[in-house]
Amino acid sequence: MRIILHVWRQKDANSPGRMVRYEVNNVNPHMSFLEMLDVLNEELTLKGEEPIAFDHDCREGICGMCGFMINGRAHGPLEGTTVCQLHMRHFKDGDELWLEPYRARAFPVIRDLVVDRSALDRLIAAGGYISVNAGSAPDANSIPVPKPVAEKAMDAAACIGCGACVAQCPNASASLFLGAKISHLGLLPQGQPERYERVLKMVTQAALEGFGHCTNIGECEAVCPKRIKLEVIARLNRDYLIATLKHIGVKETVEAGVG
Amino acid sequence: MELDGKCPTGPIETRWDRHKFELKLISPANKRKYTIIVVGTGLAGASASATLAELGYNVKCYCYQDSPRRAHSIAAQGGINAAKNYQNDGDSVYRLFYDTIKGGDFRSRESNVYRLAQLSVDIIDHCVAQGIPFAREYGGLLANRSFGGALVSRTFYARGQTGQQLLLGAYQAMQRQIAAGRLTMFPRHEMLELVVVNGCARGIVTRNLINGKIESHAADAVILATGGYGNVYYLSTMCKGANATAIWRAYRKGAFFANPCFTQIHPTCIPVSGEYQSKLTLMSESLRNDGRIWVPLKKGDTRPPNEIPEEERDYYLERMYPAYGNLVPRDIASRAAKRVCDEGRGVGPGGYGVYLDFRDAIQRLGVSVIRERYGNLFEMYERLTGEDPYKVPMRIYPAIHYTMGGLWVDYNLMSTIPGLFVIGEANFSDHGANRLGASALMQGLADGYFIVPYTVGHYLASTKLEKVSTDQAEFRDAEREVADRIRKLLSIRGRRTVDSLHRELGKLMWEYCGMARNAQGLQYALKKIPELREEFWSNVNVLGSGEEFNQALERAGRVADFMELAELICYDALHRNESCGGHFREEYQTPEGEALRNDAEYAYVAAWEFTGVGNPPRLHKEPLVFEYVKPTERSYK
Repeated sequence: MRIILHVWRQKDANSPGRMVRYEVNNVNPHMSFLEMLDVLNEELTLKGEEPIAFDHDCREGICGMCGFMINGRAHGPLEGTTVCQLHMRHFKDGDELWLEPYRARAFPVIRDLVVDRSALDRLIAAGGYISVNAGSAPDANSIPVPKPVAEKAMDAAACIGCGACVAQCPNASASLFLGAKISHLGLLPQGQPERYERVLKMVTQAALEGFGHCTNIGECEAVCPKRIKLEVIARLNRDYLIATLKHIGVKETVEAGVG
Repeated sequence: MELDGKCPTGPIETRWDRHKFELKLISPANKRKYTIIVVGTGLAGASASATLAELGYNVKCYCYQDSPRRAHSIAAQGGINAAKNYQNDGDSVYRLFYDTIKGGDFRSRESNVYRLAQLSVDIIDHCVAQGIPFAREYGGLLANRSFGGALVSRTFYARGQTGQQLLLGAYQAMQRQIAAGRLTMFPRHEMLELVVVNGCARGIVTRNLINGKIESHAADAVILATGGYGNVYYLSTMCKGANATAIWRAYRKGAFFANPCFTQIHPTCIPVSGEYQSKLTLMSESLRNDGRIWVPLKKGDTRPPNEIPEEERDYYLERMYPAYGNLVPRDIASRAAKRVCDEGRGVGPGGYGVYLDFRDAIQRLGVSVIRERYGNLFEMYERLTGEDPYKVPMRIYPAIHYTMGGLWVDYNLMSTIPGLFVIGEANFSDHGANRLGASALMQGLADGYFIVPYTVGHYLASTKLEKVSTDQAEFRDAEREVADRIRKLLSIRGRRTVDSLHRELGKLMWEYCGMARNAQGLQYALKKIPELREEFWSNVNVLGSGEEFNQALERAGRVADFMELAELICYDALHRNESCGGHFREEYQTPEGEALRNDAEYAYVAAWEFTGVGNPPRLHKEPLVFEYVKPTERSYK
C-alpha cells in the first residue's frame, strides 16, 4: 500500500508550523498507524531529515499518551480506538491523510504532533480523588456496592485521559473528561462525602485552565476511544447544579464551563 | 563477599510486626524537613510518593511521560492477588506465601514473601476506600477469579483494566498531595544519573525532555521505582519508553544488580506479524480461566481450526498437567508452547503460535457471560488481528513480559548504596525465578503504600546526613558526565538508526538468552554484544540537538544502557548452571523436559557488582534459607 501524509511540523512552541507532504510506500496492512510512522521516521533519519515527533508509550490503547488528528478526527476514523491500535487495514492504497496535533487553548503544542496536556492533571488535582490516607481503610467488604452501580462507575473510570474529547470539541471543553471522573467517584458510596465540593472545585479549575463550555454537541462522545457516554456530562451538570444550590463554599467563583 | 539481606528471624508470622516496631520514627513536625526523590510513577512510585507526602515529607517525583498517569502499570490487565479468603475456598496468608515461594521456584526470600502476602490484605482495603471500581457480585461484595499457579480464587479485578484502575487510584492520591503542596511533580523529566555524596545517595541528574536542560536535584534519600528492563529484548509487552537507565546508572555507581537473568516470558501474547513490529501485546492470563490451549496433533496441519475435529486436537497443558491444566504458571505454559511449536505443530503464519479457544466456554456459559468477563480483551484482539475470537480461536505465543531480577535490596528495600531504595519491578525482591500472575500489582503497591514509607523514615532517623547543595562537585561532575554522553551520541552521525541497532540486540538476546538458554549460545552472545556495542558507539545516527525535544536522542541513551545490561544478563545466565523458573538452561532438565534445579549449589541470590564496561562483573552471593517451605520439585501435575 502507498499512503500520502501531510504532517504538521513545528519545531517548538514558539516557532511557526506548517504542513509537510510525505509518501510512505510498501505499507503493510497489518501495521499499526504508529508503526507506519516508525517506518517513515527510519527513512527520514537515514536521509538526514529530523523524524516526526509524536507521543506514544504503551501502544495497547490504555496509557492515553498517543493521539493526534487524522483528517480532522481525533485518533482517526475507527470508532472506540486509540491511534496506536488503529491498523493500516482500515485505509486504502493511495489514501491521503492530514495529521495535526490536538488543537485547544489548554493544550499548547510542544513539537510536531506533541502537545502539553498537563491541564488535565491539574483538573484531577483540584478534586478528582477520594481523600483517604494509606493505612486508614476499613475491611474492603464492609462497603458493599451494588453491581450495577459498580459497573456504571467502571464505565466512567475507563477514561484514559488522552484529551481527544477536548481536541474534537468546537469549544475545546473538557466536560467529558470531567464528567467521567465526577461520575466514577460520585456514583460510589466512598465518593459521597466530597461529592459536591469536588464538582465545584473541578469545574472552577476547568475554567481557569481555558477549557471552553459544553454546548451539547456530542463530538467528544463520538471520538472517545473508551466510549465514555455523554450521560457523564449530564451527571456533571446535575451535581454542579445541586452543589451551587447547596452553596458549598469555594472561595473563588469563576464562571464555570458546564453547559 | 556474602551479602546480608537483614531479614528478621523468629516466627515468620510476626517478623514484619516486630521489625516495624524496631524501625525508628521521625516526629510529624520534623518530617517536612526531609526531601525524598521518587523516580517513576507506576504503582510502586505513585503509591510511595503519595504515601510519603501524606506522612508529611517533601516529595519530588519524576517521570519521562507527559503525566504520571501513563506509567506502564496502567496496562496490567488481569488483577491483583490478596489473601482475603472471601471465597471461603481455603485461602490464607500462609497459602499465598506458600504459592509465591513455590511459584518463584525457591529462589526468593521467605521473610519478604511472607510480608508481601500479609500486606496484600491491606492493599485491597485501601484501594476499595480510594474508589477503585472492582468487580462485584450481585450482593454488592467483591468478586474474585483464579490465576495461574493457584488453586484458589484470590484475584481481585476491574474488568481487564485492573492495573489502570489501581494506578489511577494512586495517581489521584498523588494529585491530592500536589494540590496540598507536599509533592512536586516533574513530568517529561528523565533521570540520567544518580548522585552519591560520601557514600550515600543524595540526588539525581535529569534531562528536561522538552527543552533539553540538564538539571540537578538534591534530597535526603532517593527511591527508584522505574520498572523492569524487558525492553533489552526490543520486542516485549513493555511500553515503548520503558528502560533500564535509572537502575543501570545506579548499578554503575555501586548498587548491586541481582538475578538479572530471571526474565519472565508470558505465554499469552499476540504473535509477531512482521519485521516492522514495534511491540508485543499481551492477552491477559485471566483468559486461561475459560480458554483452552491446543495445537493440532499432526505436524504441519494447515486446516482452519474449526475444521480440526476434537480427536485431532492436542490440549497439551491439560494432558501434561492435569491438576492445574490451562492454569499452570507462566514459565511452564510458555515452555510447553515453545516445545509444541518446535515440534512443528505450531499454528498461524511462521508456525509460532498456539490456539486459545473459547468454543467450549461459550457453549457452557453463553456468549454474554464470556463478553462480560473478557469483552474488552476480545475487542482488543480483533482490533489488532482482524479476527473475531468469538468465532475462531485466538492465536497466542509467549513474549518477554516481566523481569524478576533487578537491583539488590535488603529487607528494608534499600540497595547496597545507603539512602538508595528500590521498589516495584525495579528491585529483585519477591518473585524469585518466576512471578505468579496478579502478583506484580500486589508487590508494587505493598512496597509503595506499606513498606518503603516506614523503612525510609528509619533510614533518615538513624543516619546523620550533612547538608548538600547542587552546586557542589559531586553534582557538577554528574551533570558534566551526562552532558558529555549526550554530546557524544549526537556527534557520531553514523549510518544506522537507534531502532535498527536495538532490534539487532533484541534478536540476539531472544535467540540466545530467551525462553531456553545453553552455555554455547550464551558464550556466543557474550562475544557478539561488545561488538554490537562498538557498532552502536561508532555508527549510530541521532539527528537534531540536545537542547530541544528529541525523541531519537532519548531512545539512543536508553539503548546505549541496554547494550551494557545485555552482557550482564548473559553473564548471570551462564553462571547459573541450573534451570529454575524463567531461567531454563537446556543442559539442566528432567527426562520430561521440566526445569532441573540445583539447590545444593545455586540456592542463592546472585548479586553483581560493576567493575567497568566490558569487564566481567564481580559476583556476590546471598544464601537463601528455607525454614518453612522446603524446596521440592515444583510439580503442577
